[in-house]
This record gives sequence, structure tokens and C-alpha cells, in this order.
Amino acid sequence: MGYALSSILIFPGLLFLCFFGMVAEFVDRKLYARLQNRVGPPWFQPEADFIKLLAKEDIIPAEADHPMFKVLPVVALTAVVTSFVYIPLWSTRALFSFDGDVIVVIYLLTVPTLTFFLAGWYSTSLFAALGAVRTLTQLFAYEVPLFMGILSPAIVAGTWSLSGIAQFYGMHPLYWIANLLGFAVCLVALQGKLERIPFDIPDAETEIVGGTFTEYSGRLLALFRMTIDVELVVGAALLSAVFLPFGLGLPAAAGFVLFLFKVLFIVVLLAVFRTVVARFRIDQMVEFCWKYLAPAALVQLVISLAIKGVMLP
Amino acid sequence: MANVTIPIGPQHPALKEPERFDLTIAGERIVRLNSKLGYNHRGIEKACEQRTYINCLYLIERICGICSHSHATAFVQCVEEVAGLQVPKRALYIRTLIGELERMHSHLLWLGIAGHEIGFDTLLMYAWRDREVVLDLLAALTGNRVNYGINTIGGIRRDVSPEEVVEILKGVDILEERTKYYIQLASEDMTLAERLVSVGSLSTADAARLGAVGPVARASNVDQDVRRDDPYAAYNELDFKVITDTHCDVYGRVLVRVGELMESCKIIRQLLKNLPEGPIAVKAPRKIPVGEAVTRYEAPRGEDLHYVRGNGTEMPERVKVRAPTLANVQAVAKMLENNYLADFPIVLAATDPCFSCTDRVIVTRESDSGNAGVMDWKALRAYGIEWYKKNRGLDCSRIKLRSR
Repeated sequence: MGYALSSILIFPGLLFLCFFGMVAEFVDRKLYARLQNRVGPPWFQPEADFIKLLAKEDIIPAEADHPMFKVLPVVALTAVVTSFVYIPLWSTRALFSFDGDVIVVIYLLTVPTLTFFLAGWYSTSLFAALGAVRTLTQLFAYEVPLFMGILSPAIVAGTWSLSGIAQFYGMHPLYWIANLLGFAVCLVALQGKLERIPFDIPDAETEIVGGTFTEYSGRLLALFRMTIDVELVVGAALLSAVFLPFGLGLPAAAGFVLFLFKVLFIVVLLAVFRTVVARFRIDQMVEFCWKYLAPAALVQLVISLAIKGVMLP
Repeated sequence: MANVTIPIGPQHPALKEPERFDLTIAGERIVRLNSKLGYNHRGIEKACEQRTYINCLYLIERICGICSHSHATAFVQCVEEVAGLQVPKRALYIRTLIGELERMHSHLLWLGIAGHEIGFDTLLMYAWRDREVVLDLLAALTGNRVNYGINTIGGIRRDVSPEEVVEILKGVDILEERTKYYIQLASEDMTLAERLVSVGSLSTADAARLGAVGPVARASNVDQDVRRDDPYAAYNELDFKVITDTHCDVYGRVLVRVGELMESCKIIRQLLKNLPEGPIAVKAPRKIPVGEAVTRYEAPRGEDLHYVRGNGTEMPERVKVRAPTLANVQAVAKMLENNYLADFPIVLAATDPCFSCTDRVIVTRESDSGNAGVMDWKALRAYGIEWYKKNRGLDCSRIKLRSR
């Protein structure tokens, strides 16, 4: 009981995730800045931002729904942290696992997007409502490729459990190379889930001010930003567990370092992606995802089925 | 969602200066644009009537930060024409030099803003880093990064030394390299093309009909450029191309401005090679004789019109400024037809708006009776006092104006 509680709340649960999320945010912002020929923030900037936001007043618009307004950031953070306990990190067993937990993890990662929509909707501000609608529209575009991409390695492994996938690839190391197309698809779809350029349409500052979070300030905004940071780490950890499942048999310390390395590698890829492209328009994004991303995910699915049928009867 | 009206402005991250654009949208499509200008009106034309010509020059220069030299030169050209002054050749060349450097500054700034409006912050950072080269050159030549103060009635105030000429040529070489990179970027980058092509279309006929000027008109294949059509300063002795483009959309406007950057590099090199020797100013009288003059100047944003009427005293009788953005902003509503909400920032930014230049009071029209007329100073003040009493409950009638 004590072990479970400390795992969930401290390591590798809430506290570890929050700090690791802030480290990942720093890596992302520093790389983004250096690629743009700028200096970039110091290492403690995300922590400083969080503390500053906690110290500010929460201003809630008079017409907004107060209880919902206050509850949504907490719900978002909770969902994201909960999904982390099912992801195998540096061993082939996650904290908790059961057959079908890959679906649960993906659905838990959808909950923050829904809270973003509700947050914008209940703000009753025009810009927030527009941002909320865009969040949902974007969800319909990237969710299917993301699902299909993550399920392809599961098909090869023959199990719906993330720990089961990790165990399978631990025993058959080289099969992860066949999933590289799915990896590319999921990287692009993850960029959409995390609402970063080129898919930061719900938060397009030059069009709809703050998007979903226009009316949020103070501690509630701090929690939402923490959710986004943790979502970055959880998404990267999910991708690394499913697509980069090597080295999982190493002893604890080396395995932990390898895990950090893999997650930060994915964060670096996402940061470079953010630097080199402009923002899409929502209709272009939907068209791109359904015309190119979903078919690519389908191709990966076909490859996985072929491998499963031919090589692993 | 039913039709919603979003107020873009007066404060909005998309706008660098306050103006009000009420966009009516159905979903994400723009249905109608209603623009209300005037938030940046500062009474400059009236203020000019109460200052000497040299004081006016300082004021006119500060109408805008990035077109400051354009306004100052246009004003000074007007006054020199009224006074019948013959400005020395060297002064004309150096005025043109600063004008072209300002054009490069403005276009690089614009490139960055365009990148920012479409979410491409990397382009913003790169363009503004290169803009620092121009700003350093201008600071070395004139002492200021904006608002150069190089003009005076009858010529210029500071000379260019041979060492500075060498510096300028080095800077221009760097900028030409970087501009070639931006041209390549504009033609090859996929996401840039997605956001810019077929956005904000303005056909050639519409551009001419709505009176668009500058790069906006030239990108719609309207071949007009004041530097060639009505040469001023040193332009009649220079060899340069007028860049037009047939795309008629935002992408065309990008190409025109980047092309003009290359042309400016060429022009600056010609100017420095043929810089004539001689004095830099003639003495101008304090009292400018009776007369009126109109000048046109090709500012980075388009045709800038100035009118000055002198009445024999040391203060002008009337100064009128018609900035290029006033001509271009009428075309924005037409450009936005059939576009998306997400296109509004880039379409507006592609006209390179400078609302500080634009806001002058022209004509008032009573909305119910339809009578058009010009209010004089006393009537305007009385109207303002009454409006605030009625709508805001404030009584300003006892504030005394400072009279000269």
C-alpha cells in the first residue's frame, strides 16, 4: 500500500512527472531558441514560470461556470498522470498492467483534450469558444492515425497490454525496425495531440488571442500548463515504450538513464519539427491528416499484419 | 455555430497598432469585414499649423517609426518646391541612400511579422536578426536606429564619410546573401506555400479600382512605382527594375517585397559608386513664401502623398499627409472574401499596415442625415465634449486649450 502510494505520488508518479515535464519543456524551449539563433531560457525557467503563475490571482469571468472552470485543470492533470502508471519505463513491467491497457492509456490521454474543449466552452468568451471548437476539430483529425499507429506494434506483439508489448520486443529485439513508419506517423500525430506548431491551431495567438486558455490565469493556468508539460513527457514515454522497446532488460540505474535518453530524444525530434514549419489552417490540417497521415498509418497496419501472419504464425 | 462577430482590435495580438476590425464569421469562413479606423489619430496636421517649418519636420518624421524618412523627405521636398530651393546633388544622393536603407529595414521587418502571423516564428527571428545589420548601418550613419533626422529644409544634416561607405557596402553584401536565402525559402517551403498561396486574392482590376498602392498593387500586376513614374531625389539617374508579380495574392506580395530587397541592394551600390562631391545643404529662409506643392514619395508601403501650403510666414498654413496604408486598407475587405478566419492576420499583415501613418481626419458624414462636410476645429471640439457628456457622463468643457 505504501509502495503503491509512493509510486503514484512521488516516483515515478506525480512529482517525478512534474519535474521531468519541466525538464522536457526546458529542453524543447532551449533547442527551439538555439535553432532560431537566439539564446533561450535558463534551465530553471519552467519552474520559475510555474511558481510565478501560482502566485497570481485567479480571475474567473463573471459569466463563466465557476465550478467547472476550477475543476477542469485538476481533471486534466489527473488523467495525464494516471495514464503514466501503465507505461513500462525501464523494465518490461509497468507499475500496473492488464490486458487492454494500451487502449486505456490512449483514452486517458484524450481526456485532457476534452477538458481543453470544456474549458474554452465554459469560459463563455468568444475567443475561447473558437479555440475550444478548433481543439475538437483537430482531435478528429489526428486521433485515428495516432490510434492506428500505436496499435500496429501491438498487433505484431499479439497483445493489448503495454507491458506485454515490451516483453515481446524484449524477446524478439529486431522486430521494432518494422514499425518505423508507424513511429513517423505517431510523431506527427503526437505533435497534433500536444497542440504544437504546425498544429497549434487551437492556441493560435495571432488569430484568437489565447484560444482555449484566454480567460485562464493564476493557479488554474499553472495547472493547465503543467498538464501540457506532463502530456509531452507521457506522450514521448508512450511512443518510446511502443516504438523504441530496446534495452529494457538493463539493471535499474542504466535502464533509467536509457529511458530519460529515449524520451528526451523524442522531445528533441518534436522541437525540431516545431522550428521548421509554419502553422497550418484548421481545414488544411484536417485534410493533411486524412489524406496523408491516416493512409500511412493504414500502410503500417498492413505491414504489421503481414509480419504477424508470415513470420509469427 | 451561427454568424458570430469577433472584434479584432483595438487590442489584439495580430495587430501591432490599434484599429478595430469587426469580423463576421460563419464557422471559420469570413462573411463580412467592418473596419473602424482612427484609434491612432494624434492631430499631427493641426499641430503642424502651429509650429515653424523646422519644428514641423521633427513632428512629421515621427508620424511613423519605419516610414519616418519617407514622410520627412516628402515634407521637405514640398517645402523646397514652394520655396524654390535647389538642393545640391550630394544631398539628393544621400537622401536616396537613407531611403533605400529604410526600405530594406521595412521589408525585413515585414518579412518577420508575416512569419509571426502565420505561426512561423523561426522566420521572424531570422529576418529580424538580418534587420540588425541594416539598423547598425543606419545607427552609424545617422545616430538613430529609427527616426533618422537626416533631412533639413534645403538638404541634409550629416555627411557620409568614405569609411562609412566601405561599411555600407560590406553590410549590403551580407544582406544580399540573406535575401537570396529568403527567396529560396519562399519558393521551396511547403507550409509557407500552403498558408500564402491563394490567400487574400486581389485581381488586377480590383487593385486598380480600389486604389491600392505599393507592393500590394504591384503584386496584383499593376505596374506603378513613383520612383520610376515621377522621379524625385536621385532616382532619375539610377538604373533599377520595378518588381511586379502576377500571383495577385499574399504569396505575390511576399515575392514583390523580397525582390525589392534585392533591387535596393543594387540601388545602394550604384549610389555609393557615383556619389557626387559638393555641399550637403543650401541655406533655407525661415519664412517660406506663399505657394502650395504636392509631392509623391515611394515609401516602403507605397505611394506617400504630402501637400504643403505656405503663406509667407514661418509656420505652414496647411499640411496634409496621405499615407499609403489608407489607400491599401480599403482593399482588405475585398481580399478577405471567401477566406478563413485564420487568414485574416496574414492578409492584413500582407498589406503592410502602418496605422500610425494612416489616421488623419478627412471628412465626417452624419450617419442619419447623410450630410457630408468638414468640421472645423471649434465644431469638432464641441462635438467631442457633447458626445462624452452624453455617452460617458464626463464633462470636459472646462479644460482650457493651450493657445499660441
